[in-house]
Amino acid sequence: MSGGAKIPVRVAEVVTVNALIKRFRFVARDGSELPAFSGGAHVVVEMDDAGTRRLNPYSLMSDPSDRSGYEISVRRDDQGRGGSLFLHNNVTAGMEMVLSHPMNLFPLDNRARKHLMIAGGIGITPFLAQIKQLVRFGGSFELHYAARNPALAAYADALKAAHGGKVNLYFDDEGQQIPLADLLSRQPLGTHLYVCGPKGMLNWVRQTATACGWPEHAVHFEEFLAPQPGKAFDVELTVTGKTIHVTETQSLLEAMEAAGVDAPYLCRGGACGQCETRVLRCDGELLHRDLWLTDAEHAEGTKIMPCVSRFDGRALAIER
Amino acid sequence: MTKTEFPPAIKSRPVYGELAPRSGTAHVIVADGEGAAAVAALFDKAGDARAAMLAKTHILYAPGPTGVDQWPLIAALCAPQAQRTPSVSTLLFRLARVLQDTHMGAQFYLSGTEGLMGQAQRDIMATGFPFADIQTEHRGSTLRRVQCVHCKGMTENVATDPFKCSHCGLHLFVRDHYSRRLAAFQGVNIDAEDPGQIPAAVERFK
Repeated sequence: MSGGAKIPVRVAEVVTVNALIKRFRFVARDGSELPAFSGGAHVVVEMDDAGTRRLNPYSLMSDPSDRSGYEISVRRDDQGRGGSLFLHNNVTAGMEMVLSHPMNLFPLDNRARKHLMIAGGIGITPFLAQIKQLVRFGGSFELHYAARNPALAAYADALKAAHGGKVNLYFDDEGQQIPLADLLSRQPLGTHLYVCGPKGMLNWVRQTATACGWPEHAVHFEEFLAPQPGKAFDVELTVTGKTIHVTETQSLLEAMEAAGVDAPYLCRGGACGQCETRVLRCDGELLHRDLWLTDAEHAEGTKIMPCVSRFDGRALAIER
Repeated sequence: MTKTEFPPAIKSRPVYGELAPRSGTAHVIVADGEGAAAVAALFDKAGDARAAMLAKTHILYAPGPTGVDQWPLIAALCAPQAQRTPSVSTLLFRLARVLQDTHMGAQFYLSGTEGLMGQAQRDIMATGFPFADIQTEHRGSTLRRVQCVHCKGMTENVATDPFKCSHCGLHLFVRDHYSRRLAAFQGVNIDAEDPGQIPAAVERFK
């Protein structure tokens, strides 16, 4: 089955963390231990939103050594496609849900001498699990966490209490900014940089790191793209022999699933590469939005990532 | 002399590129023998940035295993820090000290023989710096540094295949199987199944 084996879970607890963020704890329905994961891993949460199937990836924030449950923190996105709103408004303790197995596209590189972490807003979640892991295994880390204000800086107080000077907080409302170039210029050789946060922050950190001479393989980032709406289009699926219609708000992957096509996927956010599909005919323009294919592959136009990318034109046929 | 072209081999065998300037807060350069010419070519590629790059450069150089000494090429660059060391082991001793004071933002460039580049890469990599971001360019001798998989002893500058392990005396077949951690090719006993049946040694590495 596409997306790998599923884990049937029960919602054990829903906690309001602040005005925008709720935390959800899931336990196995049969009471068994959940599969092990490493810091930085995420799960895909399956939601049945009044007949619309939603599958959103969320980073696991709980202690990787605690296999009695998984915890995620979800920021409500009022302008989003509805997954976070469904979790906030409809999911309560006791409900049965389905998760994917954890997968890690944002692991710690344990060869590093030191881990320098940059978090923006809800981007703190993978670092919570990674820090617990590092404390257990004795790794050196330093966290720089920016949020709009103290009230919205989820888990900042707990992090500060547990790790003191290793945790540095910055609040936009108070005009504070991470002194990034300065930080990057005084890190010992062998330090690895990790960043998780909004797209603007990711770009800023990656560009600054390159400008400061940081090598490509020492800079790690986590970015999930939500599929963006766009013009509706038709696509021919050559293997299953179907021609399907992708509506304005559906992704190509979701349209295939709605038509009963078992298309491969894992992250559903343009990052993991699992849904890569060959393009056999294209009379029009592929609207690539993924982080997986190279610029050269995007220009070549022989592959598409159906989880986030779209099409604008007369005719498209893909090998699915 | 330009960079060395090697015949196709198994995936384990290291491949080398061509040194090219990258922006960085420091430039640490390690070379031996004919590698000096690749270092000179690196700065020729820097164009207008040459002086600024040189001002942040530290070069460590040793003569190659066949006696080639192109130190004048390095000296002519007039880098603020450049040292000629008498051997690879003394060069690596200095490199360890240089790495202690080097911060992220530094770029690494290695050129010359596989033995030197492999050992410098191993020491830089041990700090946590990603090996894939260390630039390398092979120049000069193809003599190999080989580890005997039986006694674990290293033999430097192996020219023939098979060769006699300098530690335990076994006759070893030189594989393309390479260890980044050990900075060495693997040598395995060639007459393990038929003791005494040792093919004539062929000069494969110069």
